[in-house]
Amino acid sequence: MVEQAEIRVVHQGGSNITFREPAISSDSRFLLCASGHNVKVFSTVTEECVQELRGHTDLVTGVLLRPSNHLQAYSCSADGTVRLWDFTDGILIKTYVIGYPICSIYASASHDGVIFIATPTKGYKTLDSLQLLAVHLPQTAGQLVETSDLSAVLSDVSANPATVAFGRAGEYVASTNGVQLQIFFFKKQKSFRFSLKENSCSGRRNTFTCVACHPTDDCIATGHEDGKIRLWRNFDQKREYTYRTLHWHHSTVRALCFTPEGSNLLSGGVESVLVQWRYQQESQQDFLPRLGAAITHIAVSPDGALFCTSHSDNKIVLIQSCVKVSSIIQGLVKGEAVQTDLMVDPRSKALVLNGKPGHLQFYSLQRDRLLFNLDVVQQEFIHQEGLDQFQVVMATLDGAGAWLATVEERKQETVEAELNLKLWAFDEPSQSFVLNTTVSTPHEVRITAVTFDPAARGQTSLLVSCGRDGLFKAWRLAPPAHPDDGGPSWTCDFVSGYHGLTPQRCCFSADGSLLAVGFQEVVTVWSPASWELLLTLSQPPGIIRDLCFGRLSCSKFLLGTTSSDQLCCWNLLTCSLEWSTSMEVSLLLADPLSDNMAAFCHQDGNTDLFVFKPSEPRPLFSQKAVCSGRVSRAVFAPREVALESCEESSQWLNRSQLYFLTPLMDLLTFSTRAEEERLMTASKQLVVDDSVAMTPFQLLLGKRRPHHQAAVEDPAVRPPAERPVPPGGSAAVRELLQSPAHVLPAAAALCSVFMEALLGVATETRENETSAGETPSDPEEEEEEDSDQEMETRATRPERGLLETDSADPVLSRAQVRELRRVRKLDHSWFSSLLDS
Amino acid sequence: MIQMGEFKVHRVRFFDYMPSAIRSMAFNSHTERLAVARADGAVEIFNFADNYFQEKVIAGRDGRSIEALCWVGRRLFSAGLEGEITEYDLENLRPRYSIEAYGGPIWTISSNSQGTLLAAGCEDGTVKMFEILEDRIQFQTNLSRQKGRIISLSWHPSGAQIAAGMMDMIKIFDSETGQATHRLLVDRGVGTSKSREVVVWSVAFLNDHTIISGDSAGKVQIWDGLTGTLISTHLVTKWDVLVLAISQDESSVIAGTSEGTVVQFQFLPSTVGQQDKFWVQTRTFKNHSHDVRALVHTDTAVVSGGMDTQLVVRPLLDKVEKNTQESALHKIAFPHRNLVSCAKKAGLLLFQFPDHLELWRLGESDRNGTPGESLPVKRKPEKLIQLKIKGEDHICCSALSPCGSWLAYATVAAVRLYRLQLSSSNVSIQKVSKLPRELKSVHQLCFSSDSCRLFASSSFSSVVVVALDQTDCKYLHTLKHKSGSKQPIHILSPSEDGQWLATANTDCEIHVFNLRKMKLHCSVPAYSSCPTAVSIHPTSGNLVSVHADQQIFEFSLKQKEYSVWSRQLQRQGLHPLWLQRDTPVTQITFNPNNPAHIMLHDVFMFCIIDQSLPLPEAKSKFYNQRILRSLPEPQRLRESHAFKACKNFQHLLSVNLLEDLSLVVVERPLVDIVCQLPAPVRQKLFAT
Repeated sequence: MVEQAEIRVVHQGGSNITFREPAISSDSRFLLCASGHNVKVFSTVTEECVQELRGHTDLVTGVLLRPSNHLQAYSCSADGTVRLWDFTDGILIKTYVIGYPICSIYASASHDGVIFIATPTKGYKTLDSLQLLAVHLPQTAGQLVETSDLSAVLSDVSANPATVAFGRAGEYVASTNGVQLQIFFFKKQKSFRFSLKENSCSGRRNTFTCVACHPTDDCIATGHEDGKIRLWRNFDQKREYTYRTLHWHHSTVRALCFTPEGSNLLSGGVESVLVQWRYQQESQQDFLPRLGAAITHIAVSPDGALFCTSHSDNKIVLIQSCVKVSSIIQGLVKGEAVQTDLMVDPRSKALVLNGKPGHLQFYSLQRDRLLFNLDVVQQEFIHQEGLDQFQVVMATLDGAGAWLATVEERKQETVEAELNLKLWAFDEPSQSFVLNTTVSTPHEVRITAVTFDPAARGQTSLLVSCGRDGLFKAWRLAPPAHPDDGGPSWTCDFVSGYHGLTPQRCCFSADGSLLAVGFQEVVTVWSPASWELLLTLSQPPGIIRDLCFGRLSCSKFLLGTTSSDQLCCWNLLTCSLEWSTSMEVSLLLADPLSDNMAAFCHQDGNTDLFVFKPSEPRPLFSQKAVCSGRVSRAVFAPREVALESCEESSQWLNRSQLYFLTPLMDLLTFSTRAEEERLMTASKQLVVDDSVAMTPFQLLLGKRRPHHQAAVEDPAVRPPAERPVPPGGSAAVRELLQSPAHVLPAAAALCSVFMEALLGVATETRENETSAGETPSDPEEEEEEDSDQEMETRATRPERGLLETDSADPVLSRAQVRELRRVRKLDHSWFSSLLDS
Repeated sequence: MIQMGEFKVHRVRFFDYMPSAIRSMAFNSHTERLAVARADGAVEIFNFADNYFQEKVIAGRDGRSIEALCWVGRRLFSAGLEGEITEYDLENLRPRYSIEAYGGPIWTISSNSQGTLLAAGCEDGTVKMFEILEDRIQFQTNLSRQKGRIISLSWHPSGAQIAAGMMDMIKIFDSETGQATHRLLVDRGVGTSKSREVVVWSVAFLNDHTIISGDSAGKVQIWDGLTGTLISTHLVTKWDVLVLAISQDESSVIAGTSEGTVVQFQFLPSTVGQQDKFWVQTRTFKNHSHDVRALVHTDTAVVSGGMDTQLVVRPLLDKVEKNTQESALHKIAFPHRNLVSCAKKAGLLLFQFPDHLELWRLGESDRNGTPGESLPVKRKPEKLIQLKIKGEDHICCSALSPCGSWLAYATVAAVRLYRLQLSSSNVSIQKVSKLPRELKSVHQLCFSSDSCRLFASSSFSSVVVVALDQTDCKYLHTLKHKSGSKQPIHILSPSEDGQWLATANTDCEIHVFNLRKMKLHCSVPAYSSCPTAVSIHPTSGNLVSVHADQQIFEFSLKQKEYSVWSRQLQRQGLHPLWLQRDTPVTQITFNPNNPAHIMLHDVFMFCIIDQSLPLPEAKSKFYNQRILRSLPEPQRLRESHAFKACKNFQHLLSVNLLEDLSLVVVERPLVDIVCQLPAPVRQKLFAT
């Protein structure tokens, strides 16, 4: 996390949580998944994100439970490091520096101290040819460990991490690439290769897509592009190998997984159906259909009770014993492409964009959660490739968030596209949008733009739509023709064109008094009140791509970009071109809360950002290469609390935040350093507990809370300045004192806990006082105290003990600590019996 | 009619040949012979050591239905629903004797591995034991009688026990005492089929006392024969599992189903290197559209046959070398012998069906066209005679004389000769009533080119020569050779000039007789593979033979040695693509206009070998006729080689050159056969 610039581009929420296979903790309570540069730990019960493991500086490419310690997890990243985490408490234990970008990580129980990683073969820049390396993790002390003991296991490994699997307690590894299956036996150091024909007789492709190994038997299951699953046996022989073919999926098998006992095989693909095959009785299958989107990964908890499936719409579904969906963890839905503009719902401050096919999603940026999906198309979506189905191509919200307009279309090869314009009213009681009017075929041909009058409120709202048929239409809410017809609905109010040219863009001024419509090379400005053509502006050749009125102090300016790479600014008072500059602007945006404008420019395969005021020639802020590829969707989201940055270059971020989508559908934003620092401190204040919901009971009855609280703090990210301990004592005490009496248990039950909590606070404050300005209370020490709870983790302790002696001396002497512990364990029940009497 | 280069071609598609469904198969692993029983009662013997050549065909008979075949050493037994056990005389291609079992229809027979006892499962619920004697079989005992029919039988390799599949159950008998020791109850199907009895169509008793059964509920079940308990059940199909076959080493079992699939089970260890093994369902082969009624598991291949009449040899790729002749899939859909006789001078065709003969006159066209053009037909082909046989026995061979005035056919019982008189308007057929006594037990019939002799191959590889004149026929001579082979002659080929007669028998011998002196002229040096077609060149007097392994020899009858061309061909070797063809050459003809041309055909191609051109190199392109046509003249000469193959005609049953130098090509497209089959079992297809 090196900060050089004052403002940097960060992944802000909405990261892909289905990029790699998630891992379920051994007690089935937590789900770990790679999410952008972080690893997220979700509770499997409440679906909440309970931890975010931050530390990697590039995309996390794999998460894996440590086989020898079920409370720890490895994560690997393209930044060339493997990190070991204590995921319940969010502590980074070790960082192993590998030095090459890592594509995936594997481990097996029988290889202690060894992990397997897939990295690009030396000399190859692309991800086409990977090699599987065994990394011997050195047992040295210290946080940052350089690893040098690498040995190649397999070459020619596919970039898809699902194509490598370890079988029967790590006896062998199976890897597939193309139409070849490769099996390497570790003991015999022997490898076998089996090839299939490129195409089967019926011309379907035989390519391997995924592989899974049976946990106890020598049986390898492979998934194929044509939907077949093959169960390989006898693969320790060159010729007498054999396989059985199972065929249920009609298209590619994306994920395969054996349950831990090996009694079932799970498979999934684009059909969105989880199929459970009985091992040895493969003709019997169980199905869990209607999972919503194509399955990309399947993981099973170590006890086999919980399955989880990752889906292509950035969703993880948790399933209990293949019958019941128990919870759904939904990230920002990312389809093939976002066709609607990014919008911010003024009411919920949520980001609105395409979600599931035929839906609009409302995504809360602050909470990084999907709020809800609005079914716009209201038709069944068929999970099959190559079908033309209705898609939401445009959506717009009015200024108050009371109306939503959507355009859906179905492209067809032969006939003209089917179009529907739908208008939705916000319904206060149900807090959602309700369909008000459906206009089928609002324009003859495709619609190019729709926009609401931003100034109008409620009943007087005005919607303008432009179509390829050379017309733009204004729609108004009108009372029904007959009183029996129900409420008011939208009707066409005005239709006009300009010399038969195609309108490409339309834009209202901030007060709604002017409407600018770009007719190919001509900009026309209309008065929506009288529908009178006020003026026309023409400019250097090129078709208008984007139009935007300036805001606030710059509202006299109208800005436009053209296809001949010009950015023009007209002064509406003088009706003349104020200035123009030559740059390839792919997106022009106006900040609704300030007079700033943002222009994304596409240059040399990268996108540059310029933030400027139309009245000033010099840009406020510019950054080269914010991302690769062309940015075509961005939005200014108003901040809830304005920042008070005084630095000139970051002032434009004070009132709103700029979000944009990269071509790879990553949602990125700009953040200032001050903001990041605030975020860091905020994250430390988070009192994170297990998945159990925060109730007074839990707070009080949960054992030894203060220690957990201290252990949460991550030594890696801790800044030198130590936050003072809140004066109210421990949270438990505070909670006890603040909770209403009727929700508390009997005083007799509370007493010993209360006493214990007070004691705990006392020791903690003492520790903190003595070490003020220095490192905080040593996490290792806390862990040692925890260790009587975690008996299984003993194996890794000795080195930790060494480490402790090396690091800063504990302030309390051992004798003192022991004394403290003794006091804590004292039976305080006498006190409660006193109370009872 | 089509114009093809220098020839006018009669493209005949009116031969409605319909092979009959395969009901049962038995494989003799010592002699590598496969016996196939068809629904019309015919039995065919294929030699698996010799490119799957169909060596022998024993004609069927009305009302004979074979349910089971069984090899005992070199003896072949069959049993059927008419309740008789039949042993075949494989040298004279006829049933040797039949013994009534007196138990109603017989569903199955099985011999023990010692070859001493033959068990027959009967409709009345008895398993009847027959002792196999030197020259016959003799009823020995009945095992204890059960209720319900015995559908399938399998001996334990030790011969002490026998498992019988019945309705709803499997019984294990002690073969000494004849008492049932175990009763294994088989579950019925679920749903509506619950009320129907389940039929155990097939059982297999393995050496480790495992019993494997296939039943009408679609299950393959594995039982422990010692305790009589079920080990595992594999639901293989929604319909019936009709047949099971085990490999020799008992490590693999295949099951044939009504869906046309063959499912393999293998006895595999659960983890590498461990001893305890279990049966795992592995591969599925789908080579049939209809029921798989008969299955054989050879060491290297799965041989299956069923309602769709084709015999399929599917090599197991883990047992054979990849990309060799052995690893190719073989489908045998047509017989390896001629069912068509052609009268070259009269333009008549005789089609042989199991129970009747059809005589057709070819169409005519008076126009010449460009190559590839189809010509308008002036006179349509016309069916002149349909001759129904008398008696129950089916036709085993037939012949039409080149002049078109004689017609002969033979059944197992008798030979019949007819005299035809054809004029433009009326057709008369007259049976020749008095035939010489020597004409019996005939396997092959042939007329000489001047139509005044009839050759008939008889027992002990002898040939009976009969002289024909206007009214009657007279026995002339019996041609014999001294090699001592008793195998039947399957090819008779007289030379055009009437001097030579070449015979070939299934012992791979070719003998040439001098018809003027009525004695053996010479024997062609024996080759290991059976000749599939033999013919004598009309002018040079060379004998050309093609063998089942696709080798071609030319033998000079004058010098009594292989010709120079033949030696050169052997030295250089045949083109790999020629050797890879999987159907044998069934006919050789010569072009009188061009003595260097040898015309031969198999099911999928028609080839002219030009002896004046260089032989193809192994690397050169074999099927190059189309490319040659587009090349300029000098290059074409350089590129062309001796083998000119034509693949325009497919599923060829016969190719003949008429006297007017037009070709008669008899095709029987496989699609026409398939569409005459009954509808297969209904299967749910995805997205329907």
